[in-house]
Amino acid sequence: MKLTTFEIVVIIAMVAFGTMITRFLPFAIFKGKNASNPYIDYLGKVLPYSAMGLLVVYCLKSVDLKGPSHGIPEAASILFIVLLHNWRRSTLLSIGGGTAMYMALVQTLF
Amino acid sequence: MKEKIESLKAAFPHTIPVFTGFTFLGIAYGILMNSKGYGVGWTALMSFIVFTGASQYLAITFLTTAFNPLYALLMTIMVSARHLFYGISLLDKFKGTGALKPYLIFGLCDETFSIVHSSEPPEGVDRNWFMFFITALNHFYWVAGSALGAFLGSMVSFSIEGLDFVLTALFVVTFVEQWKSQENHMPAVIGVTCSALSLLAFGKDGFIIPAMISILVSLTLARGKKDKAASESGVLEEGIE
Repeated sequence: MKLTTFEIVVIIAMVAFGTMITRFLPFAIFKGKNASNPYIDYLGKVLPYSAMGLLVVYCLKSVDLKGPSHGIPEAASILFIVLLHNWRRSTLLSIGGGTAMYMALVQTLF
Repeated sequence: MKEKIESLKAAFPHTIPVFTGFTFLGIAYGILMNSKGYGVGWTALMSFIVFTGASQYLAITFLTTAFNPLYALLMTIMVSARHLFYGISLLDKFKGTGALKPYLIFGLCDETFSIVHSSEPPEGVDRNWFMFFITALNHFYWVAGSALGAFLGSMVSFSIEGLDFVLTALFVVTFVEQWKSQENHMPAVIGVTCSALSLLAFGKDGFIIPAMISILVSLTLARGKKDKAASESGVLEEGIE
């Protein structure tokens, strides 16, 4: 803890402000316009699916394929999640199972 | 009052995976904050008013290096830029939510977005309060989890290495669910491909903005191409729904 209390408060306020800009901006820009705009309407329909793809990649951004584990724990755990989810289709089971497998892999084998 | 309780009951099951994820991730975050000298108070405050995992983890570095508020602001906007997508995706859904709207937007984190976008309340349950309780429950789990983590601090002795994978797992499961629910996989494929290519080209610290731009461009091009067919079948699809 190197910062003064005032500096900590300023940093927290900045991080909160930055986050709120990204959350409120679309609603501020497209206030009431979206219904009459087919392009925004189209984006609203397709973007969530693209955004989820972006989020998956975002979570994996620090995986180093050339590193000591070559991304094997991540790849194996994701494959496991997909198979498990196709089989039982239970969200909790898939998330819990995949995470447990990943923790076991990185703590023991890799 | 009764309708609010009904909405809460309907919302809760949808948030169970987030409860698990946020409890563990929150505890991990709290432990980390504690190790840097920030106790329960700072951790809970941060989780309450910022409420976004990635930026809060990142903010630990702002709090432990030289004071630079502008850098903190710009980095946060970069890391949270994906939230812009959620807003655009939910413009319609949040219409007519009235007084609840500012809070729904404030609490629009990744997990809340994925649930709010993909779930509908059961018959007879108020949609606005349903979305409100999903947001509020997730918000609560995160604040409580991180405060607990800061409290536990150095008491934890077992290894939590790899625990943060719970978030990846949540997104992968949501991705699979969305994939199964859609016949048109183009948006999902564009999302993964553009993001992966941007990551390769720009590296992990600078790929979000190029990924978002390339996704928007690709989706726009894909629309232009299919415009004629889509305008016909689109009407047809909506008619069937």
